[in-house]
Amino acid sequence: MNPVLNSALNTTINPGMAPVATPFFFYLLAGLAIAGGVLVITRRNSVHSALALIGTLLSVAGLYLMLYAPFVAAAQIIVYAGGIMVLFLFVIMLVNIERVSKERRFNRIWPAGVSAACGLMALFVFAFVKGKALFPDRLMTLRESSNTQEIATMLYGERGKMGQYSFGQYTFTFEIASLLLLVAILGAVIMTKKKM
Amino acid sequence: MNAPAKDGTQDVSKPWQSEKPYLDSNELIINMGPQHPATHGVLRVILKLDGERVLGTECVIGYLHRGVEKIAENRTYAMFNPYVDRMDYVAAVSNGLGYCEAVEKLLNVEAPPRAKYIRVILTELNRIASHQLWLGTHALDIGAMTPLFYTFRDREEILKIFERYCGARLTAHAFRIGGCQYETYAGFEKDVKNFLTFVAPKIDEYEALLTTNRIWLERTKNVGVISAADAIALGVTGPVLRASGVKWDLRKAQPYAAYSDFDFEIPVGTRGDTYDRYLVRMAEMRQSLGIIEQAVNAIPEGPIMAKVPKVIKPPVGEIYHSIEAPKGELGYFIVSDGSTQPYRLRVRPPSFVNLQALDIMVRGLLVADVVAVIGTIDIVLGEVDR
Amino acid sequence: MPNFVMSYLGSTVTPGQAGNQFWALIYVLIIFAGVSVAVVAMNWIERKALAHFQIRLGPMRVGPHGLLQPIADALKLMLKEDIIPAEADQFVFWVAPLIGLLAAFAVYTVIPFGPSQAVSDMNIGILFMLGVSSLGALGIVVAGWASNSHYPLIGALRSTAQMVSYEVAMGLAVVSAVLMTSLNSTGTGTLSMIGIVQAQQQQGTWFIFKFFPLGLLAFMIFAIAMIAETNRAPFDMAEAESELTAGYHTEYSGLRWSLFMLAEYAAMIAVSSIAVTLWLGGWMRPFPNLLQAPLWEFTFSLFPGLTFLGLAAIAGVGTARMPSHSFFRIQRIGLGVFASLLASIALLLLLIAVAGRSADTSIAARFSEGIGYVYWFVLKVAIFMYLFIWYRATWPRYRFDQLMRVGWKVLLPISLGVLIATAIVGVIIS
Repeated sequence: MNPVLNSALNTTINPGMAPVATPFFFYLLAGLAIAGGVLVITRRNSVHSALALIGTLLSVAGLYLMLYAPFVAAAQIIVYAGGIMVLFLFVIMLVNIERVSKERRFNRIWPAGVSAACGLMALFVFAFVKGKALFPDRLMTLRESSNTQEIATMLYGERGKMGQYSFGQYTFTFEIASLLLLVAILGAVIMTKKKM
Repeated sequence: MNAPAKDGTQDVSKPWQSEKPYLDSNELIINMGPQHPATHGVLRVILKLDGERVLGTECVIGYLHRGVEKIAENRTYAMFNPYVDRMDYVAAVSNGLGYCEAVEKLLNVEAPPRAKYIRVILTELNRIASHQLWLGTHALDIGAMTPLFYTFRDREEILKIFERYCGARLTAHAFRIGGCQYETYAGFEKDVKNFLTFVAPKIDEYEALLTTNRIWLERTKNVGVISAADAIALGVTGPVLRASGVKWDLRKAQPYAAYSDFDFEIPVGTRGDTYDRYLVRMAEMRQSLGIIEQAVNAIPEGPIMAKVPKVIKPPVGEIYHSIEAPKGELGYFIVSDGSTQPYRLRVRPPSFVNLQALDIMVRGLLVADVVAVIGTIDIVLGEVDR
Repeated sequence: MPNFVMSYLGSTVTPGQAGNQFWALIYVLIIFAGVSVAVVAMNWIERKALAHFQIRLGPMRVGPHGLLQPIADALKLMLKEDIIPAEADQFVFWVAPLIGLLAAFAVYTVIPFGPSQAVSDMNIGILFMLGVSSLGALGIVVAGWASNSHYPLIGALRSTAQMVSYEVAMGLAVVSAVLMTSLNSTGTGTLSMIGIVQAQQQQGTWFIFKFFPLGLLAFMIFAIAMIAETNRAPFDMAEAESELTAGYHTEYSGLRWSLFMLAEYAAMIAVSSIAVTLWLGGWMRPFPNLLQAPLWEFTFSLFPGLTFLGLAAIAGVGTARMPSHSFFRIQRIGLGVFASLLASIALLLLLIAVAGRSADTSIAARFSEGIGYVYWFVLKVAIFMYLFIWYRATWPRYRFDQLMRVGWKVLLPISLGVLIATAIVGVIIS
């Protein structure tokens, strides 16, 4: 983390968002996320995998907080950890009430899985190396700057930017997404009704 | 649902025998075992469920069977009198009334008017006590914890009156063949009148808690409906029958023990659901208060015991006599062979017959309603099993 | 050292804002201790209040008037044998109560007891609260699974379904309240809890009274939804004793079960605090804008002391009425000691209030102010706790399908309607 950013923000507006002991927490959260991910794919018991996934999601939410995105962190907790994972657990428990049968952990199409993971890794390395040149839009960049006022405005100015974009520039996208969710809900309700 | 085998025996090792030998993938057989907080005694109900809906039930009874009817064949008529209280132990005095009147009919004697009035007062007090216990436990099953304590506290007054009269609170053995043994104690009328003024606002209190409560209405309306035709066909009597719209009360239809002297109404329901049964029993409590008031103001003077021989040996014959117990028609069928002990004594317990209606009432309901319906039929296992 | 303490006490931001980890830690410890004490007290109050509703006395023996009963219960639970079903999943069985506790206690980081008395005033305080309290459902479903028997599993799935359903209505009611914060001069609202209370102060009215009846409706929706969230009567079908499914904590015994109860009571206090903050003005004393004269300030600052004096008087009357039999000697002494403890706390508070009247910036004034904030907040939450117990004593239970129907078919449309109406009225007015 940029030491200029770190020390400057401790004295300007909203010092409460300054990260504390950044390297320690970063490595802790990232390590937890990775450990959770490994546990997800290696546990035999589905419920253990789901719990490990919850741990991963909460660690990622913490990482979002460190990136000055509290709203995304909260949305991650509410939607993903609190909603989707509960749904996962429901499904696991309702479908397999007795002890989950132990299957072979790695089945025969594992080369395809490994190559897919390598492809993804290559994409991440490419993005990391190319850096900011890949994302020319100003909002996605945290510019290095020694002007603390400018940094603070970038980070905290214009509150409600997300709301403005959702209902302004990107309204159509927003509505399409909500329509999709509505269709999914209706489909779920219709599929589970036995007879009308 | 559970047909006996050809030679009349039943296979009780597998108490569930459905028409098909297998269950659908959604069907489930659940046992509401003899030990359960909500079955009002040791009743075992086997439920066949489709998911959450009840497809059918079967009651397994007999866990409280004590052989009372067999015991009766080895006791003299007077010796058997304390046993009848133990059948419906909640409303013990009604059992005694039915038995004593049945034997009196067999002997062709009639209790003197004073004894009849005392019997009516005590039996109606017992009716109120039984309904109060029913209300407390029924509300507890549905989830309202507080009416239980209120009704039990108010029931204490009735039990105190019984204790002062005959020494026992619950299984009172208050009546004798031919009348009553004990004269009313000094202050009996005052106690009863105090009780009447004490309990009338309490009944209003119970109603205020439950009758218009939205949650109570949702839990009891249209739950456990039984039509009048079904009720009559099954032989259901008591408040269950009256809530289905049939105006049949033995106190009016075949009056016994001075009931014809009193002026009271018979509350009747319309739909035959749990809520109507609740309303009918609350109204019955108030009617009982009216009867007691009329009786206690007009107790005639005179003897309390008729001329009954010391050794009771009824002539050969049989008799069936029934009364309106708080739970329904309680009947005694006594066959006498001229000796001091009955040849056969058969009790027609109201709870036993009413329990048959459970199956019809819970079809299509949810599991949580089964508990409510068992409560609303108001069964006492001592009576069902004898 | 005193400088250090004074420098913090004089600050107007929360420790989280100030980036001050030491004070944040102190706050966390105070909140943890306070909530634990509150849960213990709540246990006693529930048993006594329920008993008095049911015309009986409740615990009377363990300590005077049963005051030491929760401690006896805690001791008993700790000494009980820790039974784990043989086929149960050991790790998950152990971790399930902890998830529930985590969800219940993490909400307290955003709850403000005063304008700067919160652990951290996040920009997204309400969102954080909604998210973390939804993690409680996770704890329940995992607990039901870990017991490895189908009755707890069914009970756990039902509890979770109930909690998830009522979270929707709860969230919409919360959004209605947050909408009202944007009716200020700049037109921007805030999600932060302290900001919401300050918006109520600026707009001069508690949100429960704003745009009558919309604020009241939103408050009532939240009040009903929060009872269903915490699985309390009349929505406690999933853990009732007289039903077939016995609830998710059947297989838990001893200390683990008490962790579940701790989580339940802590969640109750947490959602009550949310309701108080959003609709009832949080830490504000009655009429902070209308009655602003120093005399009124002084009068209201006497309230904490007077409350404790009242409690001490009740305890004193109880002591005097105890039979003077030798069997009651210890109880009498115990209750007398308790009464004098309450009286000394009352005296202390009154002294602070009187001393803080004179100068505005003295330690006593700051203490008195802080105590005032915490007192009004705790008083309002205590009223909610009493209401929880009252509901449990009075009403029967909803059947499970009726419960779900109320959540989806009644509360959800009403809360949507309230939200739209609030938005329309807000736009019209501003």
